[in-house]
Amino acid sequence: MAVSGERAEVLRDVMFGLDRGLIGVMVGPSGCGKTTTLKIIAGLDSDYQGTVVRPAAGKLGVVFQEPRLLPWRTVEDNVRLVAPGADPARLATLFQVLELTHHRSHYPGELSLGLARRVALARALAVTPDILLLDEPFVSLDDALAARLRDELGTLVDNRALTTLMVTHDVDEAARLADRVFLLSARPARVLVEVPILTPRAARTEADIASISSEIGRQLSAATPPGKL
Amino acid sequence: MARLASLAILLAAWYVGSALAGEQMLPSPTTVAGTIAAEARSGDLVFNLAVTLTRVFLAFALAMTAGTAIGLLMGRVMLADRLGDPWLVVLLNLPALVIIVLAYVWGGLTEFAAILAVAINKLPNTVVAIREGARALDRGLDEMAQAFALSRWKILRHVVLPQLAPYLATAARSGLSLIWKIVLVVELLGRPNGVGFEIGIAFQLFDMTRILAYAMAFVAVILAIDTLLVQPLERRASRWRLRTA
Repeated sequence: MAVSGERAEVLRDVMFGLDRGLIGVMVGPSGCGKTTTLKIIAGLDSDYQGTVVRPAAGKLGVVFQEPRLLPWRTVEDNVRLVAPGADPARLATLFQVLELTHHRSHYPGELSLGLARRVALARALAVTPDILLLDEPFVSLDDALAARLRDELGTLVDNRALTTLMVTHDVDEAARLADRVFLLSARPARVLVEVPILTPRAARTEADIASISSEIGRQLSAATPPGKL
Repeated sequence: MARLASLAILLAAWYVGSALAGEQMLPSPTTVAGTIAAEARSGDLVFNLAVTLTRVFLAFALAMTAGTAIGLLMGRVMLADRLGDPWLVVLLNLPALVIIVLAYVWGGLTEFAAILAVAINKLPNTVVAIREGARALDRGLDEMAQAFALSRWKILRHVVLPQLAPYLATAARSGLSLIWKIVLVVELLGRPNGVGFEIGIAFQLFDMTRILAYAMAFVAVILAIDTLLVQPLERRASRWRLRTA
């Protein structure tokens, strides 16, 4: 698909597929069009040529870069807004897993960024989505918190066999979470290469992750002309 | 405390003024209070107040609903803004008196024309205020609502209106004060009852006491509405802003 904005061509030739139940991670330099691609897949941007194939009537759960919670509603009400019919017991478990139980009656203004991000994640999961889309969900969090949330996300997705597409510029993050890594070039973006990771997430050691990271890095610099990144 | 002192000074100044200017020109607070009591006993005061307030609320409801709808449209849809803006400018600058007279001439000396005239006077101000609010709406929240496929009604009620709340409050506050002033003029010019009508009659008879009696009674009622109705609503709508990390 090709996307032309008013002034700039953002994506030139982005084509990829993701099987059900896998985590796909788009990695690329800042500003290359990863967020645009995600928005197109979410149906939020229609200024493009091409096709997006999703399971019919598939429910979407989206986690944006900013938490985007409604400030005038409590944590619980924010989640209930998008998932009004959610089973209370299931919601309670979800809050528990994301350590939000004590914050259910708080307003977004009272939450730290990390907490707010967790609420956004809970909201996306509460709708029992068929596809989960995440746009750099752990950026600007401190390392320890980001690591914990990454693990939680991995577990949550595995337990629910959720098809997930995530955007990040962090190669290490991709190595930890992805089943497939899609490397994007700088703008106007193309998919440079697709790197499958066959070791299951839970079984990946630090050594595995280090070698996967450097493999991705290698592929990235091999496929990108010098000076382009 | 300062407020009470200030009011006391106002009252005192009134007494002094009345003594200096004479009862004909400026009746004393006591005289006026007496007239208010008499009118209240006879039922005329209550009737006229009720009639005027009904017109105020009807015009207010009309102006706020239409104004919000139009303001929202113009703030979100550029074409609507470009088309509507010239009309808005004309209406904003058209004197209230002209709108009222035209309404009576075209619509007859009817209740409908009267209330419409008041509403049209308030409409452009509301549109401008709400349009500002609509322009300031958080697009990120719009996107979020869209991504989760929320219904239009839900988006309006839970995402848009809460953001418009401060703008609605401002429009309501200033609107109410504008509307009741114009309602009195509308009553004076073409209605057979209401506070404005009574003041008009009293003016023709040069009955200062009656003028002040009706004026004071009306102001008191408006102040009561503001304190007992509008302010608590405003506070409730802003509750969540006070709670920050």
